[in-house]
Amino acid sequence: MTDLLSLYRTMVRIRAFEDAAERASQGGVQIWGQSAAADAEPALVKGPLHLSTGQEAVAAGVCAHLHARDLLTSTHRGHGHTLAKGADSTRMMCELFGRAHGYNKGKGGSMHIADFSVGMLGANGVVTAGLPIAVGAAHALKLRGEEAIAVCFFGDGAINRGPFLEALNWAQIYRLPVLFVCEDNQISATTRSAPMTAGTQAASARAEALGIAATQVDGNDVLAVSEAAAQLVAGIRAGSGPRLLHALTYRHKGHVSVDPAHYRDPAEVAAALLTDPVTRARELLAARGQADAAADVLAQAQAEIAAAVAFAKAAPFPEAHEAFEDIATTGEGAWA
Amino acid sequence: MSSAVVNPPAVADATPDTSALTLSYAQAAALALSEAMQADRHVVALGEDLGRGGVFGQYRGADGRALVERFGPERIIDTPISESTIMGAGVGLALAGMRPVVELRVADFALCAIDELVNQAAKNRFMFGGQGRVPLVARLPIGIWTASAAQHSQSFEAWFAHVPGLTVVAPATPADSYGLLHAALASGDPVVFMEHKELWSMQGPVTPGVHQPLGKARQLRSGNDITLVSWSRQVHAVTEAADALAAQGVGADVIDLRSIWPWDRAAVLESAGRTGRLLVVHESIQAAGFGGEIAATVAEHTAARVARLGAPRIPVGYAPTLESVARIGAAQVVAAALKLLQR
Ligand SMILES: Cc1ncc(C[n+]2csc(CCOP(=O)(O)OP(=O)(O)O)c2C)c(N)n1
Repeated sequence: MTDLLSLYRTMVRIRAFEDAAERASQGGVQIWGQSAAADAEPALVKGPLHLSTGQEAVAAGVCAHLHARDLLTSTHRGHGHTLAKGADSTRMMCELFGRAHGYNKGKGGSMHIADFSVGMLGANGVVTAGLPIAVGAAHALKLRGEEAIAVCFFGDGAINRGPFLEALNWAQIYRLPVLFVCEDNQISATTRSAPMTAGTQAASARAEALGIAATQVDGNDVLAVSEAAAQLVAGIRAGSGPRLLHALTYRHKGHVSVDPAHYRDPAEVAAALLTDPVTRARELLAARGQADAAADVLAQAQAEIAAAVAFAKAAPFPEAHEAFEDIATTGEGAWA
Repeated sequence: MSSAVVNPPAVADATPDTSALTLSYAQAAALALSEAMQADRHVVALGEDLGRGGVFGQYRGADGRALVERFGPERIIDTPISESTIMGAGVGLALAGMRPVVELRVADFALCAIDELVNQAAKNRFMFGGQGRVPLVARLPIGIWTASAAQHSQSFEAWFAHVPGLTVVAPATPADSYGLLHAALASGDPVVFMEHKELWSMQGPVTPGVHQPLGKARQLRSGNDITLVSWSRQVHAVTEAADALAAQGVGADVIDLRSIWPWDRAAVLESAGRTGRLLVVHESIQAAGFGGEIAATVAEHTAARVARLGAPRIPVGYAPTLESVARIGAAQVVAAALKLLQR
């Protein structure tokens, strides 16, 4: 579904999910050298929570063109991609809360969120690690003659690790059906990416150096992302081989939910908020006379996520014996 | 075994000193690094987010200022996310006369730099017939870090202890974080310096100028019934367990190994020979862990009965119920000690 209202629905579901996850992570956790206040509520989401707030248009615009049989790998910032690929928000929230009903049975949490039933093969805690996996998945699709493609989201920081080059080269020499999507939010953790990256428009330029055509797009314009993705995905389905989409966006929040991002210039943040993709889409819908429909979609998303939180909060934690399950073993036991 | 001491720097023992500062584990390391940088312009640090003061604030002085403000971006080097090259460049810097501190954020990501650490840094001096040396300190933070799941919680000290050419250090206190980082910087060969992520904020006394030798253990409690050997964060669970055992009339010798390789065999063999019982406790996985090496050595050289206590061979789970299966607390140490005493 690629009409603006559908794209908007995906974006506000992601936004509502991220906002709820952010609230649920406050307190409790000690990270980034900070301790939570002694009187803080125990956090429902523990551990590092990387929010994609502000980047929703990339996930929504790209995944709108994917089917459940298409495969996807993601980053440490993977909630939006997972929702957009068709995962269920309740099971996702359960995973973030570490509950047994979560997609990963509470074993993975936010950084490893996955729903294989819709082809979402996993968020990843290791930067750039998703690219070789997507390439391998695409290789399998090709070998098995399946009518599907693989898509891989990664950040602008990820292009500085070697596996980026290896994955792109591999995809190109075997002409694999894979779309690389660089979600360029201009920062890597807490460090600006530009001075850390040689060349300009480096994700595109590096792809082109390997003969992989790259398309650049305003990643905060969901229609533009959707149109670009439509073309690239159609081309890949028709046998073009790998393509790269370079989407320029902005991360509204700190690196992790408890990072106040004081290192960021407030003027830059204020300017970026003016191009918030969700607001832009809502204004465009209003201009097209769909303000009421947009308001309904937003209310539905908020209700959906509130229900997901309520369910997850009441859900049980996994039993300790689960810690020993889902592991390859030759029967010798875990202390052998 | 005196060979356990590598390049001993001028050492005073950690006798209580009224001029001690109270610093966190992270600040203690920052103090050691800044003193070394002050004393030797060849000392530089490189890694991701160092300009911000490091992911855990370990590149921030006690005054809160990031070290880059003091030493400049040529010496506190912010790098791209390029682990292989961060470590590989560290090897090159070292071969070309610098003394790099390579920051790998968490030990788990050192696996993205494993060739550079194991095949390049560790082998260089030997392979090239001693022409070059690699005075590199790789800071690889280890350990379970609440709810960080399977890719950010691992303890790999046994892997690196297995590699000829590497020294492996794992401090448990701010004083050792300070004193051992100085020794690592002075060593002249590659040192894997493993800090525990859940110790960064731990406060303790640090006496400037008091360095610690590599390969020398520290005795924390004395007793004649059982020897408890540990390192890094697990030392704190073990001392708690020793106090609980003492309340039951069991006297434990508690040894903080501090250096995993070289390790203080003399101290461990002396103690285990005297008490007749050895329990090694570590946070890393028990199977093929370094506890096995210690237990085997003690069994080869003494009549002591030996046991190990480490994590099960499972990835660290995210949910608190799963994560706690991989953690070892004082109660388990007490139970394992009592069981060993009955053998
Ligand atoms: C191999 C590896 N190195 C470092 C990290 C720590 N880390 C997690 S996210 C991140 C920043 C990644 O930047 P980018 O790809 O631009 O994504 P962003 O976080 O900005 O969305 C870093 C350095 C990691 N997870 N894996």
